[in-house]
Amino acid sequence: MRIWLEKQRHLIDFTLASLARRKTKNIGLLLAYTLLVFVLASLTLFTHALRSEATFVLAGSPEVILQRMVAGRHDLIPPGYLDKIGRIRGVQKKEGRLWGYYYDPVLNANYTFMARPADEVADGYIMVGNALARERGLDKHNTISFRSYSGKLFTFEVSAVLSPDAELLSADLVLLSENDFRKFFEYPDGHYTDIALSVANPQEVRTVAAKLSSALPDSRPILREEVLRTYQSVFDWREGIILTVLSGAILAFVILAWEKASGLSAEEKREIGILKAIGWETGDVIRMKTWEGLLISLTAFLLGFIAAYVHVFHFGAAVFEPVLKGWSVLYPKFALVPAVDGLQIATLFFFTVFPYTAAVLVPIWRAAITDPDAVMR
Amino acid sequence: MRPSTVALGFLAALSAVCLLIFGLFFRSTAANEEKLQANRALVEKFGLTDLALFTEARYTRHPTQADLHSALQDHPGAFDHFPSGSLLPPPAILTQSHAHLAGKTTSPD
Repeated sequence: MRIWLEKQRHLIDFTLASLARRKTKNIGLLLAYTLLVFVLASLTLFTHALRSEATFVLAGSPEVILQRMVAGRHDLIPPGYLDKIGRIRGVQKKEGRLWGYYYDPVLNANYTFMARPADEVADGYIMVGNALARERGLDKHNTISFRSYSGKLFTFEVSAVLSPDAELLSADLVLLSENDFRKFFEYPDGHYTDIALSVANPQEVRTVAAKLSSALPDSRPILREEVLRTYQSVFDWREGIILTVLSGAILAFVILAWEKASGLSAEEKREIGILKAIGWETGDVIRMKTWEGLLISLTAFLLGFIAAYVHVFHFGAAVFEPVLKGWSVLYPKFALVPAVDGLQIATLFFFTVFPYTAAVLVPIWRAAITDPDAVMR
Repeated sequence: MRPSTVALGFLAALSAVCLLIFGLFFRSTAANEEKLQANRALVEKFGLTDLALFTEARYTRHPTQADLHSALQDHPGAFDHFPSGSLLPPPAILTQSHAHLAGKTTSPD
């Protein structure tokens, strides 16, 4: 074992000396390789972290949201609708929700207004999301006025600003009392925007949804699992779009690496010829070149991955921020909780380290089995 | 020092950092855990259904709640009608910061 290890170390010494002879070319390759891994790993890490955070927090959303549809459009829930649901077994809690959108010409942005019970938000007060507070320069006890869609001016006092940690969920949120909500939007009494249902047994959710659809044919139940699936596909799509944009760069690298790895220069051929002539075996030459491939690809992969991790979780993916995060007038500032998907990283490892190492071997094997005299000529 | 010692040492150090990253992830810090739990509690309390990423239209603010069949309503795989989800940068006028009024005004603005 010791002898074997010592032999490998000598091979690595020799490989490094050989790489150093073509310093510029190899450093260039290492940089391009690292950069590619960095870009791909940044994309993977960012999307995965956002996807897992969305999945985790939205797992707390209502089991079923029931909307009423009129001519294919979302319509208000009329009085008496809630009572009809009461008879469906398995429904533990049902609550009419009041929410809507308000366009603020000051910021050119839409806010989401949501009514909360009087014990949470008193009449005349609002709670606002942190991004909204930041953009409008609001703080606790400040007052703000909104002109309602009917033209009347409403003034509210800010009772609290929601936590900056929750900006991803509440950037544009304005929470106000039910009375204020109904007055502001001139919402008819007894009507709701939609209904949130709580189902005790998760196995029964689909059955409850089927019962709701048959009991209330004009309704559209939205299940929590559909909410989660929508976000999965939104982020998958975004990742796919960026991968498509990057595919040109990936292909360019594949060509570069293949050209470098498979096409032996005259100098390299001569080197192999000399090694064979002084007594190296074919196996030794192949082992030396395997080390060359491994040293370059492993270093590039590890450096690229670490740089990507620091970039995404410590610098907020600053380099690709506009592309990865998208933008909006009222965009939340958020720091993602680090999340690493082992399988995705293993896939990235497999597709970056192995092909290069393998591509190095084929031409070397071909050169190494030919007569040293022929190779050196 | 032999070049192989330097190279293998460097690779070992990089691998150790990678393992540390995986280790850190699997032992999520208390602060991160607290933040995630607090956000989930907020979702449960207010009955939220969506992330507040793009506020331009109802189908970008609440993609899970948007109508299914009305005009300009798309499934998540379709192209956006607003540039929020695309690769275009926002117009400069939309990202200009506003004067910070916190603590300066008490009267309605």
